[in-house]
Amino acid sequence: MSRFIYADNAATTAVSQPVLDAMLPYFAEHYGNPSSIYSIGRDAHTAVDTAREQTAAALGALPEEIYFTSGGSEADNWAIRGAALANRKKGRHIISSVFEHHAVLHTLKALEKEGWEVTYLKVYENGIVRPDDLRAAIRPDTVLVTIMYANNEIGTIQPIPELAGICHEKGVLFHTDAVQAIGHVAINVKEQGIDMLSLSAHKFHGPKGTGALYIKKGLRIPNLIEGGAQERGHRAGTENVAGIVGLGRAIEIACKDITARDEKVKLLRDALIDNLLKIKRVRLNGDRLQRLAGNVNVSVEGIEGESLLLMLDMKGVCASSGSACTSGSLDPSHVLLAIGLPHEVAHGSLRLTLGEENTMADVNYICEVLPSIIDRLRSMSPVWEKIEAQA
Amino acid sequence: MLYSQKVMDHFSNPRNVGEITDADGVGEVGNPRCGDIMKMYLKINDAGIIEDVKFKTFGCGAAVATSSIATELIKGKSIDDALKLTNQAVVEALDGLPPVKLHCSVLAEQAVKSALADYYRRKGIDPEPIVGKIEDCEACALHPQG
Repeated sequence: MSRFIYADNAATTAVSQPVLDAMLPYFAEHYGNPSSIYSIGRDAHTAVDTAREQTAAALGALPEEIYFTSGGSEADNWAIRGAALANRKKGRHIISSVFEHHAVLHTLKALEKEGWEVTYLKVYENGIVRPDDLRAAIRPDTVLVTIMYANNEIGTIQPIPELAGICHEKGVLFHTDAVQAIGHVAINVKEQGIDMLSLSAHKFHGPKGTGALYIKKGLRIPNLIEGGAQERGHRAGTENVAGIVGLGRAIEIACKDITARDEKVKLLRDALIDNLLKIKRVRLNGDRLQRLAGNVNVSVEGIEGESLLLMLDMKGVCASSGSACTSGSLDPSHVLLAIGLPHEVAHGSLRLTLGEENTMADVNYICEVLPSIIDRLRSMSPVWEKIEAQA
Repeated sequence: MLYSQKVMDHFSNPRNVGEITDADGVGEVGNPRCGDIMKMYLKINDAGIIEDVKFKTFGCGAAVATSSIATELIKGKSIDDALKLTNQAVVEALDGLPPVKLHCSVLAEQAVKSALADYYRRKGIDPEPIVGKIEDCEACALHPQG
């Protein structure tokens, strides 16, 4: 029997059964438009309100601080562009980090073309932003700091409460892209001093195409999407009711018992890391401890990531890589370059992101098939030949 | 991104992988920065026939497949025929490549030419008038070594 192991949970996750059950009635039964006055419209409206309450409760926020979006990218675009525009009279300086998701980086690049200045903080070899660097980078004209909660490739968790605290001392807004962190790190926006936070449902067993932006009460940013009066006039477009319902149920489940679930996944992750590091010239990318419970990211010297993924796929294992070939560009992952990997080593990266559905048998299977795949690719690699000759 | 069955076949069962220790010409193209390196070894007899060919490749699925098919296309052929190998012929023989992978076919053509250039150089013949100038492929030109 051929095996199938899904180890790419940072790319997306399966919609869980309770989430799917919650969503289904909102396609063909309660299909009303939440803005309509009759009963099925009111039903839909109530369902969206419930999801808003669930989302707010999971983040320690108020329901009126949650705005549903089409996903994490829209939330990032809106938060950053909105905060920049709202404060353009105060200043045009933004601080971020070099290894943000492209939804953040490309929004910042666009703003740079429009006259904003952006400082990108380093992340060092461990893949973590240093609070002192942030303190030193804040200027009188800094209006926004945006730092991701956890990195999508190497899983490193950033010191968000500390970073937010520094921003508040200096009167600067703090946004975090928490797309990878929801359901894995306990987040309370009030206690942690977060002004804006982006999230995406499909990363925690919700549906694709649904996300949210938390905007602290009292903070006003201009709209990104104009039109009808949905989301209290701040995000136009008929609500993706089923999606929003799914998000609400998914975040409720994801933010419950984080510790217990994480402990289980960490055992799998650590067993996988320990085993992979036994292979010659394999290194772990990102801090070993301050990382998401399911994230394993290694560089395998002498081979290229896409070949590795194709061979793993033939063995039924779904994984991802930061190689250029998989990024659709000519450059390997900006994240791996940011932590100091040479291009050729970055091309040979492998990311396995485990979830609660994975088992130790999955880990054992991966550890069983991977060494021979690596041997095979290395045996036909002229780069490996050179590495061996130098050793 | 979808690879043709032919690409997957040549990726999973690459033909002519390895080295030739007493090769008459060896060529290496690409660079590790852009993630593709192909090294090709040729054994050429006195009649100018490519008797044997082997390759080693560091790269993606398409890089492995284009190297593999290129070795098949030139094995047993004359030098003149091998010089006529184009990247389009490599792409066609693989039933097509995704657009972002076309540079891999250029690299395969260049690997053959680079090995033939080395063959002429070893014979004390300037390869450029015969083989032509081996330009950096578009992808590699964007990543100068160093």
